[in-house]
Amino acid sequence: MKAEMKKSSGNTTFFVLLFFLVLWLIGLALGEPTRVLEQAKSICLECIGIG
Amino acid sequence: MQKTRRWVQALWVFLLNGFWGFPMTGNLYQGPLKVVCSPGLNCYSCPAATTYCPIGSLQQLFLGIRFSLQSSTYYVGAFVLGWMGLLGATFGRFICGWACPFGLLQDLLFKLPGKKYSVPRLFTYGKYIFFFVFVVVLPLLVVDQFGMGKPWFCKYVCPAGTLEAGIPMVLLMPDLRQTLGWLYVNKLIILAACTIWSWVSSRPFCRTICPLGAFYALFNRISLVRLELDEEACTGCGACHAVCPVEIRFNEMPGSGECINCLRCMSDACTFDAIQLTVAGYGIGGGRTNRKTMSREKSANDLD
Repeated sequence: MKAEMKKSSGNTTFFVLLFFLVLWLIGLALGEPTRVLEQAKSICLECIGIG
Repeated sequence: MQKTRRWVQALWVFLLNGFWGFPMTGNLYQGPLKVVCSPGLNCYSCPAATTYCPIGSLQQLFLGIRFSLQSSTYYVGAFVLGWMGLLGATFGRFICGWACPFGLLQDLLFKLPGKKYSVPRLFTYGKYIFFFVFVVVLPLLVVDQFGMGKPWFCKYVCPAGTLEAGIPMVLLMPDLRQTLGWLYVNKLIILAACTIWSWVSSRPFCRTICPLGAFYALFNRISLVRLELDEEACTGCGACHAVCPVEIRFNEMPGSGECINCLRCMSDACTFDAIQLTVAGYGIGGGRTNRKTMSREKSANDLD
């Protein structure tokens, strides 16, 4: 019973990791890193309570 | 173990804020590392920050989603959510306990002498509300006349942003001082409140407000690296309750989303080897086998 639960938890971890890996790859394919980099390189004054 | 944790936390502070050339350049780090996700809450507008903050980036992508879809670029946050999910599913809230700069600050503040108070359990649901409302719903749905949303959490709440970016940027760029208004004052008040609260309570921001902590908490039960309870070895003595910085009863709710995996229960409290650190189900610390090894080492050291 315990071993079964452990196995099912292991499977869940694997599928969750796979899901987010696919999501990450989709973002990569869409060119999202470029946008993220653009944002991160500039100071967002609004974000830090200025302006 | 706690000394090691402190060193690891300090190392992460420097890894995430490694650009010390900002006083010379007068600007923040512009290099390619900024495409890497910071595991903990670390503002990317901090002049020394070398990575991007997942919560800040996610809001930025959500608030501009209409423009993105109109221009057929489809920047919907998949890359950032993917990073966050991979980190969460691998480490869960280990990140909060070991790699978050703002977590370290709260740990240090709590070490200051003074009367200590617990955080009401009801407040711990607040972080999920902050994540869902301030990071997802409001940036997506509330737009101005140009169709742009706002980074609600960063703009109105985040004390980490005020500490790491708001204050340093105002010091670094004197011209900015003319633009300061109630928004800045509001953020300073939140930072001051969090600082005082961290002095009297353990990790209050992580437990009640942090949206990143809320996201990672969803994975604590299934993460690849996690703490597990050996129910047969546990006697229910409650020693793990007394040392827990986030006031959880580990033996009653192993895998709780509140646990920041500081390992204090495993290394400092449990004498029955009932708590074990596992990676993909394999024990690597604590537990019966490891305790025997540690005891042997301790005996050998004592003999020396």
